[in-house]
Order: sequence, then structure tokens, then C-alpha cells
Amino acid sequence: MSKKLAVPLLVLALFVIIVGGSWLRIFNEYWQVVFFYIGINIIMAVSLNLINGYMGEFSCGHAAFMAVGAYVSGILTVWWFAEDKVFGPPVLPASLGILLVPVAILIGGLAASFVGLLIAIPSFRTRGDYLAIITLAVNYIVKSAIENMEIIGGPRGFLGMQRVMNAITAVLDIPWLLIWTFIGGIGTIILIQRFVSSTFGKGVMAIREDEVAAGLMGVNTRWVKLIAFMVSCGLAGVAGGLFAHGPGGYINPGMFTILKSTEAMVMVYLGGMGSISGNVLSAVFFTLLLEMLRPLGVYKWVVIPLLLVLMMLFRPSGLMGSRELGDVFPQLRAWFGKEEEYAPASN
Amino acid sequence: MPMLELQDVHAYYGNIHALKGISLTVEEGEIVTLIGANGAGKTTTLRTISGLLKPRQGKVYLEGEDLDQYKAHEIVYKGVAMVPEGRGIFAKLTVAENLDMGAYSRRDKKGIAEDLERVFELFPRLKERRNQVAGTLSGGEQQMLATARALMARPRLLLMDEPSMGLAPVLVEDVFDRIMEINHEGTTILLVEQNAHMALQVAHRGYVLQTGEIVLGDTADGLRQNPMVQKAYLGME
Repeated sequence: MSKKLAVPLLVLALFVIIVGGSWLRIFNEYWQVVFFYIGINIIMAVSLNLINGYMGEFSCGHAAFMAVGAYVSGILTVWWFAEDKVFGPPVLPASLGILLVPVAILIGGLAASFVGLLIAIPSFRTRGDYLAIITLAVNYIVKSAIENMEIIGGPRGFLGMQRVMNAITAVLDIPWLLIWTFIGGIGTIILIQRFVSSTFGKGVMAIREDEVAAGLMGVNTRWVKLIAFMVSCGLAGVAGGLFAHGPGGYINPGMFTILKSTEAMVMVYLGGMGSISGNVLSAVFFTLLLEMLRPLGVYKWVVIPLLLVLMMLFRPSGLMGSRELGDVFPQLRAWFGKEEEYAPASN
Repeated sequence: MPMLELQDVHAYYGNIHALKGISLTVEEGEIVTLIGANGAGKTTTLRTISGLLKPRQGKVYLEGEDLDQYKAHEIVYKGVAMVPEGRGIFAKLTVAENLDMGAYSRRDKKGIAEDLERVFELFPRLKERRNQVAGTLSGGEQQMLATARALMARPRLLLMDEPSMGLAPVLVEDVFDRIMEINHEGTTILLVEQNAHMALQVAHRGYVLQTGEIVLGDTADGLRQNPMVQKAYLGME
């Protein structure tokens, strides 16, 4: 009983520390931004892990879906809650924003998952490298498309989300963004964990192992791949929506380049393909690393790939491989291992 | 009505005419074997039944129902399971997870648990290794797992592709013992084998395939007595 409550209590404690600490200004604004990026990166890594880790496909344009989510939700909230040159005065009262900004972020996620569907239909006809090439292309297409849409700022970017956030905090001054990001991160972890431990998710892993055999087990491989891809893209869109409302409230197409997609891939391979807890750890580690290397400026992009090369040499399956925390520390298993594992094997 | 009936099935790989009018029947409760040399079309025949390959001409009927309209994953729900050639186990999943996958098409938890007990009785070795990663099993154990996994779908018709491939002779006998046992418990089996000697010992009837055509169909005893079969497939002069 007490052990079953341990994880929720831990999450709650984290929530209180991060959100409460930020609210009371115990964490300065810099740390709040770091927490925010950690949350975003957790969503990006854990969601990409579904495709690249559990399904064994190779998507390398995760930032494109993030961009779709960011722009769609940003445009919606600015239209609803902010004074804007294009969209005019706010159409809804700011007090509704507390509810409707998360809704806009979710709509951004839906939009991203719809774009994912458009890509998945042609690229899952065959297996292998096609998805990698297509997602790579999509990353460039999305970036160029946004750059050429003058109405949303084109290459200069889109801003106004800060005004939205200001309007909301004027109603009630608590760190809303951190709260939503926290919920988004935890929600992503729970969703992916549920997904991969469901029968449907077992189908995803069977496809990775042997697609023909998976079909012979009754797995509708095309459908399963489609759904998994859409879930993953949708979550990237949610990450993008949160990102758009971050500090400065400003996004531009240059933020969602292949470099951003690479960051997500680095976190997945660093943490271990097919390990949710590994990905969470690597997202935390990677975000902190980026911050620590900030003084190096551009040279951090020399250090980070080097770390990745070393990682591949000495720990090719990533920090955790395909294991979860519970597999590495058995005493934790009762808390958050895979469910069937702590059911005693009947012999 | 036969459990399975193929009527003049023609199948192609691109332009290669792999099956040139296969007609055969499998009655409920039987073990029927397809024997023939490499490239005769044995595996292709199984692939057209399980839906991995669609016949360009001709029909496949399961208990009178035309299977043409169903995809491979839907045919599983019709009660046909296949043990693919080279076993096709999920190497990075555990034995238990592989067996779970076998029951992917089912929702009756109680029935699945019963069948799990049943396959563990049939293959006690798998029970010992239930938490082991399947890729680390020996060849014989992997064959057991592939068979057990197919049984987890509780099929009425089991298609087995070369279950003896790559196994030590002592294991081959064991595999064929299990095949008979599965059949005794009521599962109809269509067995593709290069090891004609063993296959004709367990089967009720058999067909001989040569370059995409059935050249002979008879009871297993009849085939064993047939001089052509003896010479070409049983190595007797």
C-alpha cells in the first residue's frame, strides 16, 4: 500500500518543490527556465523514444512536429488573449486563459499529430530508411513553409505569447507555465508507459523485432505504426506548444531546425532506446549539460557530439539500454517496475 | 466441408510463377504434409494461406469461406496460426512476452491463462525460461517457442513451416512428437517439411510438390510405398 503510493507521492513532492519554489522565488528565474527546458526535453525524448526506441523506426524530424504545435497553439492563444497587429484585440477574457491556453497547447498537439498522419501514410508502406529520409525532408519543409508565411512573421518569427502569459498572471500570479509543463511531462511519461505496456504497445515492439511475424500474430502492423507515430508526433506538438509560451514568448523557424531534432535523438540514444526512465534521466542530464557548457558558446557543439561518440564507444546501448530503473535497482521494482515482473512467477 | 481447401491457386513473386495451380484439401483433425525439394513452392503455399501473399488466380477457402478478402493479420482471427520458416520469434522480448504476443488476437484472459498452462505442459522447458530473452534460447527451444506462440492464438488450423530446420536429429524427433500431441488435442495441422521421412510418419496424408505443382497426393502410407517418393524424397533405391 505505502509502496504503491510512493511514486505518486514522489511526483507530488517534486511538483510542490518545483512549482512552489518557483512561486516563492526560492528558485530564481534562471532555474525556472532550466526546469521548463527539462520538462520540454522530457516530452521530446520520451515521445521520440516510442518511434526510435520501441518501434525501431528512425524518425529524425521531431522538431518539425514541435514547430507545428508551437505555431498552432501560439497563434490560437495570441488570437484569443492578446492584442495583436494581425489578430486584433483579445477576443476572450484573460481569466479563461488559465483553462484555454492548455487547450490551445493540446490543439497544437492534435495539429502536429495530423501532420504526422500525413507523413506516416506514405512512409510506412515500406520499412527501413524511408521514414528517416522523409522526416528529414519534412523538417526542412515545415521550417521553409513557416519562413514563407509572412502573416505569422515569416523568418522574423512570431511573438505575442508573452502578452498572453502576462494577461494570465495578472489574473492569478502563480507559475502557470511550469505547472502545465510539469503536467505535460508527467502526462507524457504515463501515456507512453501505458501505451507500451498495453497489448497494442506489445504489438509495437513485435513490429520492431519482426514485422512479418507480428502480422502473423494478428497485429495490424500498418495501423499500429500509424497510431504510434501519431501519438509521438502529437506529444512533440504539445512540447512545442509549451515551448512557444516560454520565456520571451517568441518563436521563429530557426528554433526548429534539424539541430533541435538531433537534440531529441541524442537524448533518446543517450538514455537508451526503449527505456522511459533512461530517457527521463538523459533529458535532465542533457539539459543541465547544455546549461553548464553555455560559457563555451558555439564550442559546446564540439563537446556534446564528442560525448556522444564516447558514449557510443563505451556504452552503445545508452545509459539504460532497454532497461528501466526497476531493472537496475531491483529494490525499486515494487515502486515502478513493469507490472508483471513483481507478480511472483508461479512455478 | 473441408477445413481448408485450395482451388487452382496461382501465385507469383513479381514475374516468377511460383505456384502453378495448387489444389489441395485439409480435413478437420488431420495432419497433412507438403513435401518437396527447395523451391518447390511449399513455403509459398503456406504464405498464400496465411495471407502474406495473395493468389493471383484461384481461391483459398477456410471452412467454405473465401479468404481473399482478408489480410494476414485478419486471417489470424479466423483461426489460422502460422509457425513461420526460420521461426520468426521476437528475439529481444522474453519467452513470456513472445507467448503474450501469440495471444494478441484474443481478449479472453481466462482462456489465455489456460492455454499458457497448456503450452507450458507441452514444452516444460519454456516454463523454466519464461523470463529469459528469446534470442538467447537454443535453436530447439526457439522452435518450441515459435510453436507455442502459434498455439497461444488457439488456432483451429496450424500452419508449420519446416519445424525441423536446423535442429539436431534427437530434437527433430521431439518436435514431431509434439506435433502429434498438438494434433491429438484437436488442432488441424498443415505441415511443410523437407524431412519427408519424419513428416510422412506423423501425417495422415501428404502432397508432393514439384516446381510449383502438385504431382502426387495420397495417404502418408501410400506415399511411403510410392517408388517415386522413395527414390526422390526418402533416399531409397
